[in-house]
Amino acid sequence: MKPFAGLLERLVFTPSRNGKLRHLQRYFAETPDPDRGWALAALTDGFERKYATPSLVRPLIEARADPVLFRLSHDYVGDLAETVSLMWPGPAEAARENAPLALSDVIETVREARRKEVPALIAGWLDRLDPSARFALLKLLMGGMRVGVSARLAKTALARYGGIDLDRIEEMWFGLSPPYTDLFRWLDGTGPAPAVDDRLMFRPMMLATPLEGEDVARLDAGAHAAEWKWDGIRVQLAAHDGQARLYSRTGDEIGGSFPEIAGAADFDAVVDGELLVVAAGEVRPFNDLQQRLGRKSVTRRMLADYPAHLRAYDLLFEGGEDLRALPLDARRDRLAALIARENKSWLDLSPEVPFASWDDLARLRGDARAAGIEGLMLKRRDSTYQAGRPKGPWFKWKRDPLTADCVLMYAQRGHGKRSSFYSDFTFGVWRGEEVVPVGKAYFGFTDAELRQLDKWVRDHTIDRFGPVRAVSFGLVLEIAFDSIQRSNRHKSGLAMRFPRVARIRWDKPVAEAERIETLEALVERAAPDLVAQ
Amino acid sequence: MMRARGADSHPESWLRATDGGLYCVPGDFHVDPHRPAERAVITHGHADHARARNGKVLATPGTLAIMRARYGAEAWRESQALDHGETVRIGDVTVSLAPAGHVLGSAQAVLEYKGARVVISGDYKRRRDPTCPPFEPVACDVFVTEATFGLPVFRHPPDGEEVAKLLRSLETFPERTHLLGAYALGKAQRLIRLLREGGYDRPIHLHGAMGALCDLYEAQGVPLGPLRAVGDRDKKELAGEIVLCPPSALSDRWSRGFPDPLTVMASGWMRVRQRARQRNVELPLILSDHADWDELTRTLEDVGAPTVWVTHGREYALVHHARGRGFDAKALSLVGREEEDET
Ligand SMILES: [Zn+2]
Ligand SMILES: [Zn+2]
Repeated sequence: MKPFAGLLERLVFTPSRNGKLRHLQRYFAETPDPDRGWALAALTDGFERKYATPSLVRPLIEARADPVLFRLSHDYVGDLAETVSLMWPGPAEAARENAPLALSDVIETVREARRKEVPALIAGWLDRLDPSARFALLKLLMGGMRVGVSARLAKTALARYGGIDLDRIEEMWFGLSPPYTDLFRWLDGTGPAPAVDDRLMFRPMMLATPLEGEDVARLDAGAHAAEWKWDGIRVQLAAHDGQARLYSRTGDEIGGSFPEIAGAADFDAVVDGELLVVAAGEVRPFNDLQQRLGRKSVTRRMLADYPAHLRAYDLLFEGGEDLRALPLDARRDRLAALIARENKSWLDLSPEVPFASWDDLARLRGDARAAGIEGLMLKRRDSTYQAGRPKGPWFKWKRDPLTADCVLMYAQRGHGKRSSFYSDFTFGVWRGEEVVPVGKAYFGFTDAELRQLDKWVRDHTIDRFGPVRAVSFGLVLEIAFDSIQRSNRHKSGLAMRFPRVARIRWDKPVAEAERIETLEALVERAAPDLVAQ
Repeated sequence: MMRARGADSHPESWLRATDGGLYCVPGDFHVDPHRPAERAVITHGHADHARARNGKVLATPGTLAIMRARYGAEAWRESQALDHGETVRIGDVTVSLAPAGHVLGSAQAVLEYKGARVVISGDYKRRRDPTCPPFEPVACDVFVTEATFGLPVFRHPPDGEEVAKLLRSLETFPERTHLLGAYALGKAQRLIRLLREGGYDRPIHLHGAMGALCDLYEAQGVPLGPLRAVGDRDKKELAGEIVLCPPSALSDRWSRGFPDPLTVMASGWMRVRQRARQRNVELPLILSDHADWDELTRTLEDVGAPTVWVTHGREYALVHHARGRGFDAKALSLVGREEEDET
């Protein structure tokens, strides 16, 4: 338990991705099987269920601690698992034991145990452990690690640890199960690659490179097909033999949140496309899709209010046949046929946008200001489907950002290398006599500008709360953003998508910053599906 | 143990919490006054206990040395050194100073008057500290205790484990400067000693605010090994080294210029994750010069005073616990005490 507890502690406090990777790699190298595999499962949410709940844990501490002291402590600390781990009666250091409690002992025991035996088991373990290991034990059993490790990051650490390609791990991931002994043996070079059924597995996606406006003229218009770039999330639907999995771009399985798709794909194919919310033929703003992301259970109401839709643009496999070496045009023909044949309400084809010349297309792109569209995709008609971001065959041509002059309101200290800088900026616009927040930006400035901003914040602080400073209204930031939507997250009722600092307007008086009415006029209605046909 | 006899001899009647701090009536002196007093007994050199410009100051030689280093000519008009084990009379009161185990020179003020004895423990801890002698329980009628970490969630782990975390991090990240934030008086020197005991013998680099007190510790017989002052130009060369600084410097402009700095903070508050995260600490070390909950509650039993007065910190929880254990306990609110671990 102790090495795992140490790992959790290091992960939660290490802000940088690279630092977290180093800690994970070192843990994998130092920890024997099957403990490292169980730890991996804990970090990637790989257990079939939670073994303990707050209502199981709370009585354990209430039976052992003064209720007044427990209440004061819980109020102070906040987190139940942490409070219990810190005040559990027993030595502040672990008793030296001949056989320390292993992660695998805990997991294997608790999986076999009957429900009513679990409280006594947990109490017995807590008695043996020091506070940091008690915390790890409780988080292991209760879930909710919150150490800032995504499944993707854990897989990256595995790939680095074994010196192999991340794609290979992502491909096999859903064929593997805890405690991943065969995987680690392969990574250690002491066993063969694990054999997994590949029909439902994730295939690393082909990504596009950004295109700047002036470059387009150098491309051959006749050799490229154009599509709208949808503002949803990129997904891959793998269906086979009545089963289906829906993967995010990073290979995370999200089918559970979208049963109307994952539960209804009864064909045999791997489809690449955009996940959107489409209601009554209209693509809804990204905000609507956000209501559906990350939900473990989906209510009927959610399904009705925010119906999910897959707008397909590529076909990787069909009937077990690998189509990735075919040219795009051929793949799209097969895709169109499949969609027509299957005739699903939640599935359609992202159509081609016909154009006569690049100027023609640029005009279409400029006019495309409806919800759900971020710009255009340009793909070579003869391009094969290649994993990763090959340079050239696919381009994304985003529409020009909107901009607004906003007033700096709050600044927060950053993390890691930026921890001595105020680098996260909340800004707002005028509503009558007050300034109301509309967004937060973390980038868009150079290091030299960051230094100036940091100094400005320190010199104009009027209040502080923890790492946040409120500043007097005196600095205008020109903010670029992709779109603006209704939101109840901000007092203004608006939220920007992808805001970044375009320019620092040292020269501009704050009174001349934007008014809320101007931004409200930019809010996109769910425009009728303006796909030009 | 002595017992208070008449009502007039009970410390309630001759030791008072005033605006200026704890005041001893028959001796006409203050203990750790928070504004200049004519006559003061000082428990230890932290700024919230030892302030400048008192008239006559009584303290251990170590504490006097710290005050002189901090305040120079402003320190006092007149000083008197009292070693552990010696006694002195001030008015009708007998005063002695027992070790408190908090920082170099730290003491508990032991006051006796008309057969009653009060111990004002100042700040203290019970675990070993290589820079000062350990806390000595003194039997008494009234025990005045701090409660900085007066909640049962505060239980400091063994020092060795915390120092080992730092050494492990230096191994994992040999290209990063480890900026170690620690209170400049006491915590810094104790950490250096603990690092030396853990086998770390490389030079330790010091922020400008650290040098004078480290020199003082060495002069008082606490060897600290090789130390170097950090100049602006050297910062780039300090990859993989330990740089010791006051906690406030971690988020200060001073912290720029080091190679990929990794912020380490040594404080008892680091026990609670949320507090460590709020401070953007990447490696929290739970290390304090104050007693944790177990030490506080054990000390009440060891000292065995029937009456307990709780001063600064989370008084309510400790008073509640002490009453449950049969002590006559109350909170004594003293103004001007800060959570020095927190700076
Ligand atoms: Zn102190
Ligand atoms: Zn104090």
